[in-house]
Amino acid sequence: MPREPGGLPFLAGIRPVIRKEFRQIRRDPRSLIFLLCIPAFLLLVYGYALNFDVKHVPLAVCDQDGTQASRDFSGKFAATEYFDLRYRLSDPREVDALLGREAVGIALMIPRGFGADLAAGREAKIQVLVDGAYAMTAAAAAGYVGAIAQSQAMRYTLEVLERRGLKRLELPLAVETRVWYNPELRSARFLVPGLMAFILMVIVVISTAFSVVRERERGTMEQILVSPVRPADLVLGKTVPYVLISLVSAHVVLLLGFLLFGVPIRGSYLLLLLTMTLFLTGGLGQGVLISTVAKTQQVAFMISILTTFLPTFILSGFVFPIRNMPLVIQAVTYLIPARYFLTTMRAVMLKGTGLGAFWKEVLFLAVFAAVTIAVSTMRLKRTGLEEKPRRILRSHRRTGP
Amino acid sequence: MSGNSIEVHGLTKRFGAFTAVDDVSFDVRRGAIFGFLGANGAGKSTTIRMLCALLDPTSGTAVVGGHDVRREPDEVKASIGYMSQKFSLYGDLTVEENIAFYGGIYRLAKSRVQAQMPRVLEIAGLRGRERTLARDLAQGWKQRLALGCALLHQPAIVFLDEPTGGVDPVSRRAFWDLINGLSEDGVTVFVTTHYLDEAEYCNDIRLIHAGRIVGGGSPQELKRTTIRHPLLEVECDRVVDALELLQRESWVRETSIFGSYLHVGVEDEAEGRTLLKGRLAAAGITVSRLDLIAPSLEDVFIHKIEEQTKETEHAP
Repeated sequence: MPREPGGLPFLAGIRPVIRKEFRQIRRDPRSLIFLLCIPAFLLLVYGYALNFDVKHVPLAVCDQDGTQASRDFSGKFAATEYFDLRYRLSDPREVDALLGREAVGIALMIPRGFGADLAAGREAKIQVLVDGAYAMTAAAAAGYVGAIAQSQAMRYTLEVLERRGLKRLELPLAVETRVWYNPELRSARFLVPGLMAFILMVIVVISTAFSVVRERERGTMEQILVSPVRPADLVLGKTVPYVLISLVSAHVVLLLGFLLFGVPIRGSYLLLLLTMTLFLTGGLGQGVLISTVAKTQQVAFMISILTTFLPTFILSGFVFPIRNMPLVIQAVTYLIPARYFLTTMRAVMLKGTGLGAFWKEVLFLAVFAAVTIAVSTMRLKRTGLEEKPRRILRSHRRTGP
Repeated sequence: MSGNSIEVHGLTKRFGAFTAVDDVSFDVRRGAIFGFLGANGAGKSTTIRMLCALLDPTSGTAVVGGHDVRREPDEVKASIGYMSQKFSLYGDLTVEENIAFYGGIYRLAKSRVQAQMPRVLEIAGLRGRERTLARDLAQGWKQRLALGCALLHQPAIVFLDEPTGGVDPVSRRAFWDLINGLSEDGVTVFVTTHYLDEAEYCNDIRLIHAGRIVGGGSPQELKRTTIRHPLLEVECDRVVDALELLQRESWVRETSIFGSYLHVGVEDEAEGRTLLKGRLAAAGITVSRLDLIAPSLEDVFIHKIEEQTKETEHAP
């Protein structure tokens, strides 16, 4: 029998599958739009909504002292961009209500005698009430309050010492903090690499899982498995088009990240491409693996969400730092590919680090991709068609004696 | 190679405690139309899947086109065509693209696909509709296109798993004409069906029930040799009551319902007619027609299943 001449022999089985997948994707523009636009849309939503910058926290000041000193002190808070002074109160009982209905996030209480205590060199007391319902914002806001209060306290100390005759005092320790890689500490910069991981993983796993389960549901899988096409050809042939489309999608996210959020790519672009390709391939393998377990598209969707959405969101260090997690959970994060992808992406994009610093992460991604593709190929071969036949229907006929 | 395209010995498949195919043996002559008949779940599809090297047998051997399904699955796959009861084309690809895809997965050269294209379109009756999406075709055309695709690489053996499921009678007839044509060209056709009237088109059939072969031979032979007692067709009112009544009679060999009438096997025709009329009249049931008939394949099949069931019951 004449076979197709030329070309690499191992490509012979993959090529028709790739061509078919592309034709099908072209026929179904909705899925293409889904693959290309949803990531960009998610980036916009998350990029703007998922913001951990603590700025413009609404502030209430309850000044019971009413002196020049107390007004100076509270003025320092209102002058920063971290707090917006919304209410000046004189009755401390009003503070409760404001915090309760979230009209303010933080309240500064200056008791009577504050100014007099300061002037007399006694310990002056203030109280800060923080709405702890938003733990992350609360902690940061309380930190800012502490810092502002400390610097004020230092100034008062110096004034007192100067008044007592010590001239031209210098502070003994000068702390100068400089933030590298993300100088404005902007959440978007930190989040965009994580979002890339999240978006690509979810989209890629779901779309591949669906594409295989659909073939099974429609009976076309059976037709392919009965041909000489090897399961490996089928898996690769199905994944290649989706890897390419996802890469395009990833570039849309990168471009938007740069244009809208100023997220740079400081390191090597090729390294970035390599990491993304490995990560995507692993996700595709995972998608095919899910499809060998799930019999229907609904089940495939649920397993995909459970195995991508949650781990990538929670356990990858995308939002919550891994080092703050309990040890057991930290151990689990080592199994999440997004963790390694994220480390690499942040390093390449924000720090411009070279491969030397995170070759282990890249290696893990490569191993994950190889393992998922290999296992899914094996499972596809074995479980492709093994479904228990239905029980025998009883005949309606009956016999005589 | 001998004159057989397929040789099966002691083929068995178990899924856990459930035996789907139980010690099945048969040979299929080259160029035969071999019918594999049974109810849904009787083990037809499981057998086909083993023969197509999709499923490993638990025990036994099957040689298809000279290749052992367990040892040489790739050679088996390359030498067979397969078409299943489920519509197995891509609805979102055109007729032409579907054909090209099957050419691709069977690794045919483009030139060969092009050369085969008119023949496949001829089989499918879709000349001039090359650019139609497969999903827009009527069921009968889809099945014919699927058959055309399964024949694209000119296999010596084709497996058709319930090929006429959900197809209207006219299309079914056309489909069987295609199958006859294949057989004339020397292609071995292995076909499963649960339409027993279709089995009449086969040269050789096997009846499978609960995973076991309960009978086989040519349809004519089976009908001639299986049921030797006279068979009466009774048209009457209250058929279910009539059935229950007759089942208790010692002169009745077997009974079964066919829609609005009964088939009753009796020891002797004349005696049977008299007894039957009398018994039903006594119960107030009116007999409007009573004929001696030749057993159909369905009668044969039921008879074989009952024989098998009795054997199993009497076994210790």
